[in-house]
Amino acid sequence: MKEFVELLARALVDNPDQVAVNEVEGEKSVILELKVASEDMGKVIGKQGRIARAIRTLVKAAAAKEGKRVVMEILH
Amino acid sequence: MTSIETTGRTVEEAIEAGLDKLGVEKENVNIEVLEEASRGFLGILGTREAKVRLEVIFTPEELAQEFILKICECMNLKVDISHNKKGEYHHFYLTGEDMGILIGRRGDTLNALQYLVNLAVNKKLSKIGARARIIVDIEGYRKKREKTLERLAMRISEKVKKTGTKVVLEPMNAQERRIIHYTLQGSKDVETYSEGDDPYRKVVIAPK
Repeated sequence: MKEFVELLARALVDNPDQVAVNEVEGEKSVILELKVASEDMGKVIGKQGRIARAIRTLVKAAAAKEGKRVVMEILH
Repeated sequence: MTSIETTGRTVEEAIEAGLDKLGVEKENVNIEVLEEASRGFLGILGTREAKVRLEVIFTPEELAQEFILKICECMNLKVDISHNKKGEYHHFYLTGEDMGILIGRRGDTLNALQYLVNLAVNKKLSKIGARARIIVDIEGYRKKREKTLERLAMRISEKVKKTGTKVVLEPMNAQERRIIHYTLQGSKDVETYSEGDDPYRKVVIAPK
């Protein structure tokens, strides 16, 4: 799941080497904390959060296949 | 095909500089060495930098296909992809097992996928001054949805005509709203317009 968020984020930002994802595993849910370079924040959030929403939608679909609940947070 | 020329103290440095400029990997370019570097005489006379030409060989098709495949791999989905080009649109058709997961409720996941593929591909293409529009369809979902929306538009327009009151449809994305507008474009009895903001923007079908 971590790799998935990394793949998506790296494809969107100007500084792919500064993309980092931290996976915090809970009992039923997984929290994925996405960090990108500060100038890339807009690239993973988008106008009115449209990009972030699209990433979340895909990650949720991937997680659902494995019977997990995923929360993705963008840290700054 | 886009190409750039760069220089450096050595051929390798010139290539590196070019790849940096283009923001691509070595496997995405054809390299032609135009001039080898020369140290000249005693490092003073006739020093010359190496000069190379890099020709970008990736196409929108290759970029999109690669990205879609990587996503499917991450999701443990086995897919077959076929592709064709209609005007400025590149269409990708995905088939395979468990494709429902990638379509999602009302195509939510499919639309998210298509959106991100467009962003990622155009990000790379922008470096060579190009653009592409990519449509992703899974197991004929979009075709089916198009037919459904056309039928919906016709049905609701009949209702609006009969009752004389407007009907507000559920939120849809731009592509889907377009289908409704397009279907009822020539109607004598009803007019259509959209209201609200994405992602909750809705089509209204109102009596003329």
